Amino acid sequence: MTIAPDKSTELVVPEGHVKLVIDGVEVVAPKGELLIRTAERLGTVIPRFCDHPLLEPAGACRQCLVEVEMGGRPMPKPQASCTMTVADGMVVKTQLTSPVADKAQQGVMELLLINHPLDCPICDKGGECPLQNQAIAHGRSDSRFHEHKRTFPKPINISTQVLLDRERCVLCQRCTRFSAQIAGDPFIELLERGAQQQIGVAQEKPFQSYFSGNTIQICPVGALTSAAYRFRARPFDLVSTPSVCEHCSSGCAERTDWRRGKVQRKLAGDDPQVNEEWICDKGRFAFRYATSADRITRPLVRDADTGELRESSWTEALQVAAAGLAQARDKGGVGVLPGGRLTVEDAYAYSKFARIALRSNDIDFRARPHSAEELEFLSGTTVFTNPDNGVTFQGIEKAPAALLVAFEPEEEAPIVFLRLRKAARKGTTKVFHLGQYTTPAVEKTSGTLLACVPGAEANAINALPDHAADVVELLSKPGAVILVGERAAEIPGTFTAVARLAERTGAKVAWIPRRAGERGALAVGATPNLLPGGRHVANAAARAEVERAWGVEEGSLPAAPGRDTTGILEAVANGELAGLVVGGVDPYDLPDPVLAEKALENAAFVVSLEQRHSAVTARADVVLPVAPAVEKSGSFLNWEGRRREFGTTLEGTGALPDCRVLDTLAVEMDADLFTQTPAAAAADLARLGDGAPTGSSLNVAAPLQSPAGAGKAVLATWHRLLGNGSLQVDEPHLAGTARPVVAKVAEATAAQFGLATGGHVTVSTDRGAITLPVETDDLPEGVIWLPTNSGDVTVRATLGAGHGSVVSVSAGSTSGVKS
Amino acid sequence: MFESLKGFGVTFGTMFKKVVTEEYPEVKKVTAPRFHGRHQLNRHPDGLEKCVGCELCAWACPADAIFVEGGDNTEEARFSPGERYGADYQINYLRCIGCGLCIEACPTRSLTMTNEYELADDNRQDLIFTKEDLLAPLLPGMEQPPHPMRLGDNEQDYYVNGPQLAKAAETKEAGA
Ligand code: SF4
Ligand code: SF4
Ligand code: FES
Repeated sequence: MTIAPDKSTELVVPEGHVKLVIDGVEVVAPKGELLIRTAERLGTVIPRFCDHPLLEPAGACRQCLVEVEMGGRPMPKPQASCTMTVADGMVVKTQLTSPVADKAQQGVMELLLINHPLDCPICDKGGECPLQNQAIAHGRSDSRFHEHKRTFPKPINISTQVLLDRERCVLCQRCTRFSAQIAGDPFIELLERGAQQQIGVAQEKPFQSYFSGNTIQICPVGALTSAAYRFRARPFDLVSTPSVCEHCSSGCAERTDWRRGKVQRKLAGDDPQVNEEWICDKGRFAFRYATSADRITRPLVRDADTGELRESSWTEALQVAAAGLAQARDKGGVGVLPGGRLTVEDAYAYSKFARIALRSNDIDFRARPHSAEELEFLSGTTVFTNPDNGVTFQGIEKAPAALLVAFEPEEEAPIVFLRLRKAARKGTTKVFHLGQYTTPAVEKTSGTLLACVPGAEANAINALPDHAADVVELLSKPGAVILVGERAAEIPGTFTAVARLAERTGAKVAWIPRRAGERGALAVGATPNLLPGGRHVANAAARAEVERAWGVEEGSLPAAPGRDTTGILEAVANGELAGLVVGGVDPYDLPDPVLAEKALENAAFVVSLEQRHSAVTARADVVLPVAPAVEKSGSFLNWEGRRREFGTTLEGTGALPDCRVLDTLAVEMDADLFTQTPAAAAADLARLGDGAPTGSSLNVAAPLQSPAGAGKAVLATWHRLLGNGSLQVDEPHLAGTARPVVAKVAEATAAQFGLATGGHVTVSTDRGAITLPVETDDLPEGVIWLPTNSGDVTVRATLGAGHGSVVSVSAGSTSGVKS
Repeated sequence: MFESLKGFGVTFGTMFKKVVTEEYPEVKKVTAPRFHGRHQLNRHPDGLEKCVGCELCAWACPADAIFVEGGDNTEEARFSPGERYGADYQINYLRCIGCGLCIEACPTRSLTMTNEYELADDNRQDLIFTKEDLLAPLLPGMEQPPHPMRLGDNEQDYYVNGPQLAKAAETKEAGA
């Protein structure tokens, strides 16, 4: 972008641009550009602290002073280049050409350093600190300050995860601006005045935010540090590997910093199309599950004599697994439950393994409540979406309206929430939440709550044209989007209603699952009715295409659609199917954990591919250890359908990806998958390409709502971002920032059931009961909300219930709480 | 004939000159006072470690001989004054070139070099010195960490008033 100062040619100034001179170089800049950025394009870096490209300008630190001349008249004092926009005919002199600017910058730096402690040796920022670097580049070489520095007591916890050293703070307000503008959690604020000015938190409210880690990353000094990373390493110790977050379906770009074979921290990567420069705290802080004590590193085989698992060689384990699976296959069949956390490559291996080695379509990645209607929608519509034809993050930002159906963005896909908030803050996007109560996300996206009783979502959508014509009208504008969450599978008729609404309004629909691997698993056909690329198993031509590509005998692929997750478990439980191959599935996430337990108990042969011991490995006949995301390469498909590739972070740990394990297992069973490595699997998949779009025929009627009955209420429930997730173990600091575990009811409902404010409520079904504190909120009457899986509250495991279930409610005594 | 006598003459003459042969290891050589020998991790007068685990020595080392990992002091287990201490400290004497840059980098004077030069061994493993090998011995009045700060309420007292506090403690001890 540097423009050579060629006297002979006049610079052309395009429409909407201005011409100015920076350090004697003529430059053309778009109107409204900040001086600091224009200079940056020229290759001149003006020192700065508070300026951040994604935050509104603040002019708080004054480090970026430059000399400015307007219309031939120099401005009386140096100006902050991060708040001043370019203007025609401006003449700017930075520290490079102006002694005045240079001296001004040195002066500001000297003032900043007056109260900055000499903490560098014990400060985590040391070695990557903008203050250190700029003090050396733009500061005086000695100090004239001999008095005592202002001190504060050493760090205060502004949450269990974020520590604040107030004396290190340079009051740039990046953290407060991030919290207020980007995350919308303004619990961190500037307090006091003058020399005592400091960053602080309100006493009664801890800094509770799902995005707090970003403040640590953007703090230009070491004032905000992470409790988990504190004193762990220096930047020069760390090897930084670009990576992709394995936690949710957003697929954020990350940077993983590791040392001596152990991940030390994760930072947000910069990807304007996806996560911009932000990630959520789960993505940043939850990585120690891979080094937890219950990690499985050797294959395990159940000893015939003792009935216990014992370590074995890979050869033995694979032979036993292959023999057992072959026998089970011939005695009735084997179902495959790969789980929703796989990379595309690994999911592809499962899909191919089921078809070729097990000769079955009994495979379903959905380790959560699911429905046939959902599958119909996914396999007819979602599987064919990609960033070119579907909804994208950037599309959300431009949408005139977004309708969120059974989707809690902050809890389920936090980066989608940030985009929605960004769009809403610009004032161009209206956000409508079809849910149960005004959650923080509704408030922070300036959204409108369309409240309904759990289970009545489909009816509510169908009634939109009558009751909320304005919503329908907004959704009819070009670019409008409808975002559907995983909870929709629990509500019959929702997908049908959404499809109809989309047809009527022309709005684009995106399905945003919670887990990182679901969209990819769908694309590679880890479902009972699809082959890779959205090809339907029932379609003979599609089957023939796949048979040719896979080099298998014509007509060898099973033609009848298989069973879904519940179908597989039922079939295993009643002996129709003999075996199970299970990936990363937690039986207590399934709609009916009792059925899952029964199936595992009843199965003649279970092979588990797992990273850590679980309820499945406890019952498995063979356990094959597989690599966590940092120890393998691969790619995720995020909810947009965007391929998010990543390389191996920790090389040489010996851990094998699922695709490699399945490939070898298939060889033992005389089938070739050609998925020895993720790269091989990706190439094999790419050869297949995509099938022809089909479209779905959805026709599920919305159920009639019947009153819940005396002493009963309808349960609303969804997962929180931070809870009992299996990838969040061993992270006490992170767990401390989870939202409090409470039930929510309407005031009238509380009165009806005799629930006292600040008291407890007992929610029960015939399976069990949960007692927890209760709060009132703006839910519809007769509805109670519980987090699905947080702390002691395990709705599926304890109650066997889900969103829309009818549960018994009574006032609970505190003593009934499990601790 | 005369020539051979001349040769014996040299031998004979040398017998009365000063001997240059070192009688090592029977007689140990005394080094120059600032000889760069084996490192030592020093202690505060009460036995707490001076190392804060900042890794500046590791950063300065041109031979990449030093490994440090910091750790958090807690109320229950305190190894140094202040928040941070060196949890893991290793110097690899297979790599060290004895340049002393690490000493210059150390902000707390924790790391210094002794005059000890006997750093040979028959295997690589034993030449990686860990914190236990490098820590200075406990002198009278010192106490094996972890223990609370004995010379003041916070690290400021150790750094700003360290010498006076230590002297006060000494006189108190002597008086008692
Ligand atoms: S804590 Fe950090 S980010 Fe916040 S104002 Fe201070 S220096 Fe800036
Ligand atoms: S003396 Fe030099 S080479 Fe040896 S550890 Fe110190 S810095 Fe490294
Ligand atoms: S960067 Fe311009 S005032 Fe802070």
